[in-house]
Amino acid sequence: MPGLSFRSFHKTAGTGRDVRQQPFIPTQHKVPVMETFIELKNISKRFGTVQANEAVSLNIKKGEILALLGENGSGKSTLVNILAGIYSPDSGSIFINGKETFFTSPEDAIKNGIGMVHQHFKLVNVMSALENITLGEKNSFLINKKNITKKITSLENTYGFSIDPDKKIYTMSVSEKQTVEIIKMLYHGAKLLILDEPTAVLTPQETNRLFDVLRRMRQQGCSVVIITHKLNEVMDISDRVSVLRKGKFAGTVLTSETSAPQLAELMVGGDVSLEVIRAQAERSPEPLLTVSRLCVKNENNLPVLDDVSFSLYGGEILGVAGIVGSGQKELCEAIAGLTRADSGSILFDKDELMGMSPLNIKKKGLRMSFIPEDRLGMGLVAGMDITDNVMLKTYDESEGPFVDRSDGKKRAELIVKNYDIATPGVNHIVKKLSGGNIQKVLLGREIEMHPRVLVTAYPFRGLDVGASNTIYAMLNEQKCKGVAVLLIGEDLDVLRALSDRLMVINNGKVMGIVDPRTESKDRIGIMMMGGNT
Amino acid sequence: MIRIVATTELSRRKTTFMRILAVTAALAAAAVIMLCMKLNPLKIYGQIIAGSLGSAYRFRETVNKAIPLTVLSLGIGIAFRMKFWNIGAEGQFFMGAFGASLAAFAFPGIPRPVLLFLMILSSFVFGAFWSLIPAGLKIKFNASETLVTLMLNYVAQLWIGYLQYGPWRDPAANGFPKIAHFTQNAILPKVFGIHIGWIFTLILAFIFYIIFKRTKFGYEIDVLGESEATAHYAGINVPNVLLVTVMLSGGLCGFAGMMQASAIENSLSEQLSGGLGFTAVITTWLAQLNPLLMVLVSFLFSMLIQGGNFLQSAMQIPSSMSQILEGIIIFFVLGSEFFIRYRFVFVKKPKRSPDLPEAAK
Repeated sequence: MPGLSFRSFHKTAGTGRDVRQQPFIPTQHKVPVMETFIELKNISKRFGTVQANEAVSLNIKKGEILALLGENGSGKSTLVNILAGIYSPDSGSIFINGKETFFTSPEDAIKNGIGMVHQHFKLVNVMSALENITLGEKNSFLINKKNITKKITSLENTYGFSIDPDKKIYTMSVSEKQTVEIIKMLYHGAKLLILDEPTAVLTPQETNRLFDVLRRMRQQGCSVVIITHKLNEVMDISDRVSVLRKGKFAGTVLTSETSAPQLAELMVGGDVSLEVIRAQAERSPEPLLTVSRLCVKNENNLPVLDDVSFSLYGGEILGVAGIVGSGQKELCEAIAGLTRADSGSILFDKDELMGMSPLNIKKKGLRMSFIPEDRLGMGLVAGMDITDNVMLKTYDESEGPFVDRSDGKKRAELIVKNYDIATPGVNHIVKKLSGGNIQKVLLGREIEMHPRVLVTAYPFRGLDVGASNTIYAMLNEQKCKGVAVLLIGEDLDVLRALSDRLMVINNGKVMGIVDPRTESKDRIGIMMMGGNT
Repeated sequence: MIRIVATTELSRRKTTFMRILAVTAALAAAAVIMLCMKLNPLKIYGQIIAGSLGSAYRFRETVNKAIPLTVLSLGIGIAFRMKFWNIGAEGQFFMGAFGASLAAFAFPGIPRPVLLFLMILSSFVFGAFWSLIPAGLKIKFNASETLVTLMLNYVAQLWIGYLQYGPWRDPAANGFPKIAHFTQNAILPKVFGIHIGWIFTLILAFIFYIIFKRTKFGYEIDVLGESEATAHYAGINVPNVLLVTVMLSGGLCGFAGMMQASAIENSLSEQLSGGLGFTAVITTWLAQLNPLLMVLVSFLFSMLIQGGNFLQSAMQIPSSMSQILEGIIIFFVLGSEFFIRYRFVFVKKPKRSPDLPEAAK
């Protein structure tokens, strides 16, 4: 193999943590000699009126990590789904090792060495890691556990994983599940691994571990296509970056020859600010929301929030950092009255919220808004239009038994205008809007209710740079108006940049409230994992 | 290679066209079966229409069947909009009829309007009670309402059977196992030759249309149907809305039972429904949960039922012919949903990647 010597050289250069500081010397040398593994030519795919991909061409070389970058709705997922055999293109062709190939199913793709790890894992929860890994294997009737375990162990040694093959999926952490997915693909002979936003749910430490694995795969001659929104990760891990814009191919650049701002520009097609700005605002003297000794148990009577106490002042953003499932959801829902807390107290100004339902809170005139994590499943009614969604919390304010839709329509039009929501009209069904616009409808509705406390759970999840920027600005504006903002987030960089104080939680407990201006990202990461600092 | 592709939202006109096409195709398919049986399909279709609309009497008979079907559809529809799968209309129909009979037998002597009002009230209460059982079990134990409502159908029908053969058996019926007739003041009056139920039905359909289109209550049902989490989040009193909706659903089905017992049968019997409660599930779906369409669809279905009966008596063709036709129509209309959501695309394996990917569209 021609690239081998370079790859072994790369090993020393590539596995270090601070790749960003070093120029990518190996890549520059590698590019000319690396052979193309897969080539996509003029791929087009249309869903209804949406042209998801339009004549996109892409080539993936052996032993490289290619980052696929693009805003929401730019067609990245469609493209990799075509590559993984889930969709078939309307036109265009796929060449593997120079030979044109047709996929009609994911099975075809994996036979050709293409494996995909989806954003939402495709694992059977009640089965063990080993059972999941061998699922779909057809070449033998009986399961030879010894052989399989041997094969898995050898994969683990090669790529630096560690996994307990007998552990059930439902007992695993997100990171472990992801590892099982990756091993599954490699076990079935994947030579190209596609990862759809793999780091969205990982802590910084877990992300580093994943990147180590990916680098090892590169050394072994495997190719990796990684989709991510986080530009610093792109700069960190990839050899080349291909950018899609509005379904079209916008260009491919060598990572070593580009910068994050340049990529952002290529992605959006214009100048964008990547800077997340912390607005300056006057903090209220008294807290607007005081949570003390809050305990919540789940249906199995296990504590999901354990003795949580904090104060939230007007005119500040209090960030909440933690691994997904550390109790963030329960915290928000306990405050909003959707989950019954077992003990403790939640004071809104001077009013006790414990035991109050959302209806009670609304009736008492406590102006609190909650942007739930599940936008379409809780915050909005997916199948209804913008007008009906804008009325969701105020439909009962009019007199008599009838709904005042003309008033709702007026307010919907105002929100569409003020928050710059791209929609054919206020009668458009909400679920057909793009992710960013859906979030703007939700946030717009809540902000227009003039809350004093605003609880937001993952308001930027899945949004692209442009939409995220809008949401940052909206939150900052609320803060400047003296609103108390509780911000649950997952991207530590954004959380650190936006919040005035940062509360780190682990396993339902508060690990500490730190100053994001001074605390290092690594230390916050350790706190998120439950370690002492 | 044939691929299945999701289509864009079709316009209303196109969707309607698809459905009409489906019904036409169903008639054509049924015609093939008739030809195989050496029957003339055109003649049979003609007879079905003649049998259901051909004379004032036949038209009245058709309307008589459309009345309970529509009210049952309205009852089922309101629950379905909330995604509460009430397929217990049959049982609620029987319990409603039972409730009405209870009132009719208890106060045979009181003035007609009062008695009829009592019967309607009683039928509503009994129908609602029968639907509250599955609703309570769902709220308390998260029991599947589909199963519970289905099972309660048999309980209700067997209960009526028990009454008919046991305690309520009419001793004056010469040994026949039947329940005594209602007194004259327990029978709904006629307007233009058809019992007054048709007016109730039209009014109800319109009221429900307004409820869904304009009222807060209708809005709450629709939100709850889309997502229970959203309903909680929005501060909707979920158990309240659920119970009221299910009560209305069961109560309406019970009211349909009252009309049937009072106006058509003039009594109670275990054959009272003839499967209307199940047919109504189909008409509800075909009307797409739209109250006004329910009137139309129920009428068309009644034409088939009535026309089928006529075939049997006039042409000695088994009335199952019209049941076959019903089945085929349902099959095609439900099948057409697939073509409304998806379309087939024929793709040739391209030899070279085409330069103009947009040429296709």
